[in-house]
Amino acid sequence: MTDLFLLIVSAALVNNFVLVQFLGLCPFVGVSSRIDSALGMSFATTFVLTLTSIVAYLLKGLLLIPLDAMWLRTLAFIVAIAVTVQFTELAIKKASPLLYSVLGIYLPLITTNCAILGVALLNTNRAHTLVESVFYGIGAASGFSLVLILFAGVRERLQLADIPEPFQGPSITLITAGFMALAFMGFSGIIQP
Amino acid sequence: MKLTTVWLDGLWDRNPGLIQLLGLCPLLAVSNTIDNAIGLGLATLFVMVISNASISLIRHLIDEAIRLPSFVLVIATLTTSAELFMQAFDYPLYQSLGIFVPLIVTNCLILGRAEALARRETLLISTMDGLAQGLGFFFVLVSLGAIREQVSDIIILAALPSGAFIALGMLIAIHQVIQKTLKQFRAITKSDIKGRRVRTTGNIP
Repeated sequence: MTDLFLLIVSAALVNNFVLVQFLGLCPFVGVSSRIDSALGMSFATTFVLTLTSIVAYLLKGLLLIPLDAMWLRTLAFIVAIAVTVQFTELAIKKASPLLYSVLGIYLPLITTNCAILGVALLNTNRAHTLVESVFYGIGAASGFSLVLILFAGVRERLQLADIPEPFQGPSITLITAGFMALAFMGFSGIIQP
Repeated sequence: MKLTTVWLDGLWDRNPGLIQLLGLCPLLAVSNTIDNAIGLGLATLFVMVISNASISLIRHLIDEAIRLPSFVLVIATLTTSAELFMQAFDYPLYQSLGIFVPLIVTNCLILGRAEALARRETLLISTMDGLAQGLGFFFVLVSLGAIREQVSDIIILAALPSGAFIALGMLIAIHQVIQKTLKQFRAITKSDIKGRRVRTTGNIP
């Protein structure tokens, strides 16, 4: 139990997926200009990430290892992710139109979120068990959500700030992210990676 | 679409790393040393050129509804080839790049160019665009790698993750300043030409 808790803390804070491992930066910069869109993206990503950790684990155990085709893992995982995203979209549309109207536009974007494929690949590389894979997925997703929502808050404040002309736009966004990464380094002493 | 615009866009005006901010994950993650940067830059360039060329070739065969999955499959196949090639010929590099070699699949730049340009344009334009955008990305990646490797001896921050963000932010700011000066310069020369034309067509005393 402690191991699983440590796995979550490690994926969410110490080795934060966005600010330390540089995964999922496209949505981090792309949809963080407003808090409500950041919230929508966080929920959609958490959902898909947890689901794909399971799917990728099953795919690896039932198909890739028996067929001795581990070199095809990139291809297999990306197809599995695309199918999962599509399936999630259909399922949400059918089950809850309200939720669909909130998350709908973010779902297609998730296919090219490298955090999702990154979690699947890291789970494979580190030979996590099914339970560990799921918890690692949840940890990664909560780290992503935490940083995305915090950053959206900072960026809303940044719109009112008086920024020197050359730094306006994407430049100040990245520098702000840099300071946030610096703050997250404070977690690095908590546990051994 | 003219070839000069394609090259200018890729290398400077709409540079993928500095303006479009596509493919940020590999750009920041593997720019810690210049060797890593060159390795991943070349792999991305390879996938980018071939994917643009092949998507342009099959553009009439793909149905609109299934175009994104088919593009992703093409890109994933090419990435797997690049991965196997790197594994065979430069295993230490493959190990130090880690999961960022298979993650070329989710580089938004490659899918973005396929979606925005390669599915409409001819083979020549698409290939050239792949080459231009890939080289634009390569140059930003390598310069960021070189800067971070050199500066990290003096300022340790440059070697840390936050240093990557700040260094890229600075590069973007410099690009914006140069772009603005160029624009002013172009405006001045343009008005000069205009003035001269007025003089030649008018009555010169």
